[in-house]
Amino acid sequence: MKEWIFTTDHKRVGILYLIGSMAAFAVAGLLAMAIRFELTWVGPTLIEADTYNVFLYFHGAAMILGFLIPGLTGFMANYLLPMMIGAHDVAFPRLNALSVWLYWFGIVLALLTFVVPDPPDIMWTGYAPYSTQYSSGNLSFYVFTVHLIGFSSLLGAVNFLCTVIYMRAPGMGWNQINFFVWTILGAFVIQLIFVPVLATAVTLLLLDKYLGTSFFVPSAGGDVLLYENLFWFYSHPAVYVILLPAVGALMEIISTMSKNPIFNYRVAVYGGVWGVVLLGSDVWAHHLYTSGMVDWVRIGMMVTTLIISVPVGLITISLVFTLYKGAIRFNTGMYYAASCLYLILIGGLTGIPLAMSSLTLHLGETYFVMAHFHFIMGMLATFALFASVYHWFPKMTGRMYNEKVGKAGFWLNFIGVNLTFYPLFIIGVEGMPRRYFDYEMFPQFQGSQQLATVGAILVAAGIAVMLINWIYSAISGEKAPNNNPWESASLEWTATASPPGPGNFPQPPEVSADWTPYDYQPRTAS
Amino acid sequence: MNRWMFFIFPVAVVMSAFTLPAEAAGDFQDHTQEFEVVWHHLLWDIGIIGTIFGVISAVFLIKYRRKSPNQVGGGPRFTMAQSLAWGLIPALIFMADDFYLAAQGWKLWIDQRSVPENAMEVQVTGQMWSWNFEYENGATSDNDEGLVVPVGTPVVLRMKSEDVIHSFFIPDFRIKEDLMPGRVTYLWFNPAKIGEHVFTCTEFCGTDHSHMFGKVKIVSKQQFDQWSEAHKS
Ligand SMILES: [Cu+2]
Ligand SMILES: [Cu+2]
Repeated sequence: MKEWIFTTDHKRVGILYLIGSMAAFAVAGLLAMAIRFELTWVGPTLIEADTYNVFLYFHGAAMILGFLIPGLTGFMANYLLPMMIGAHDVAFPRLNALSVWLYWFGIVLALLTFVVPDPPDIMWTGYAPYSTQYSSGNLSFYVFTVHLIGFSSLLGAVNFLCTVIYMRAPGMGWNQINFFVWTILGAFVIQLIFVPVLATAVTLLLLDKYLGTSFFVPSAGGDVLLYENLFWFYSHPAVYVILLPAVGALMEIISTMSKNPIFNYRVAVYGGVWGVVLLGSDVWAHHLYTSGMVDWVRIGMMVTTLIISVPVGLITISLVFTLYKGAIRFNTGMYYAASCLYLILIGGLTGIPLAMSSLTLHLGETYFVMAHFHFIMGMLATFALFASVYHWFPKMTGRMYNEKVGKAGFWLNFIGVNLTFYPLFIIGVEGMPRRYFDYEMFPQFQGSQQLATVGAILVAAGIAVMLINWIYSAISGEKAPNNNPWESASLEWTATASPPGPGNFPQPPEVSADWTPYDYQPRTAS
Repeated sequence: MNRWMFFIFPVAVVMSAFTLPAEAAGDFQDHTQEFEVVWHHLLWDIGIIGTIFGVISAVFLIKYRRKSPNQVGGGPRFTMAQSLAWGLIPALIFMADDFYLAAQGWKLWIDQRSVPENAMEVQVTGQMWSWNFEYENGATSDNDEGLVVPVGTPVVLRMKSEDVIHSFFIPDFRIKEDLMPGRVTYLWFNPAKIGEHVFTCTEFCGTDHSHMFGKVKIVSKQQFDQWSEAHKS
């Protein structure tokens, strides 16, 4: 216990991030079930509208701030990145320990919203003036949670940028680092630039609500559109903070499991990853297409948003063509990774109409939007995280998970999410607005809502099976046959024990000029 | 409901498109009709891209399964020129498609935002949790009574909020716009046929957000005149 609380080891910090984010996922997932059950029938059924709104707020905030960002950056970067680049730890291990505990405090603070009177019901977007002048919800919990988790992210960003720049193994050039490492760099550059903007935006909310300022009070010269702009100026790039490490991990898994080097690494890195980082900062107004802004901004950001399909398309081509002439081996991790090739298609392509301001006039704020971003965040990014936990499970625990149970859980999850979100896409196009407690005006949508609930039950079962598999196998699974059961060529597999000891590498690794982490040619001697 | 049998993306999306009813056009650009055209182009567009990528992925996943335990992949290793070609050519194709869609979206946007000259103006006020409508002749209405409009005359809504952000959405006319405190926003639509259409709020506004709904009631000219006389305040 003590050695976990005071740990500065990046692997333990990573696992603490994983536990925290899975806890947030579990709570937010249970709330999603309550939300789904409420929507199964027209009219109020299980819970009251105000409770429903609190659940909806917490589901969104916890999934994004508590699960996805910390899971895909905190956990993945911490556990994998130092080993991939051949470093014994991160650049500032104690800072790293501080950032994981700031994050944990953030989660605890967020959970306390359920104990205090007047929990926030302001949705994770916290739009003024509802959040500041009209909601009785306790805004400070939201704001301080964002602050804590934001600080944690910023410290992580500085730490990992320094780690990659200064601590790569001797001889490791920039074109030899893992694709995943590039995606983490991209994600943390985004965090470093944009998190302060979100922190500012929510701080202004706090000042408006409790100290009588009027940044967002129109009658006193404030502007409600300003908050929307500040919020999405961060929160759109935040999508890429989640998406980039997700595709990074998928690339590693797909390459390893098909024994093929990444297809067109250079273009995927310099065009794909950095293209997303550059373009991703100039598209936020697509969240404000119906907010009464001047028309040229809406048209301009329609074009930039559409062009995001170029770098994302290049990354997708690399993901798919890495399979070409491969020697694919299907384990549970690869099941999840392969399903992500389909999820990125659906999630990405349904983003295209939402990039078009004129189509968003109809589709905006409907279930179509909701289903779209659930395909990207709730499925693609989440499945990528699950794939990673399975793939690196032998590394983290020194044990194997149960393959049959893992695949059973996968099918439950995969069938479940499709059954949940296709009906919601369709009723979204037909006009079902999101964030609705009730849908009295659209009783014809009840059948679709019920299908979605059935799907959600399958997912809940699938997640339960998966968690049991992880916990049981971590404690008493079969011992891993060797340090590198998937025959990867990346340093975290080839040069460390499973699980790796303190300092990671028995001998500090050095790499030659022609080494790559994707060189699967059978070695004659090693 | 056997359409649920098809869980293939293009099919599902295309099918959902067929559920959208079309409206009759008038003399001016009826953006509701134009929306249908752009939406169908878009569905074909993303359907084709999705099918190409989906089929390639499926074929690769099936065809390139490992045959023997020591097998390694034989994927291509590119020279710099090949690398660039595999980057630039797809990038140009994607970009071309983006501009094709942007051009269509742009045109539609202009029609959605250009209010016809003969449009009838209605002042809309949103508040937690109801709507009020005020007509040029002084008649008033609310969400229980409905937004009553005469058939054939385009309607422009000038909208303001009394409290928080709301959003006025008429799904059948493919249009919504937020009511921003401190601003006046607008949207317009063409009530081409007599009938009733749901309108509802689409920006989260608290407890009864999901109960801020009513009907757009499109009636004949005489009926409208009678109605608006009777509802003068
Ligand atoms: Cu966005
Ligand atoms: Cu509302």
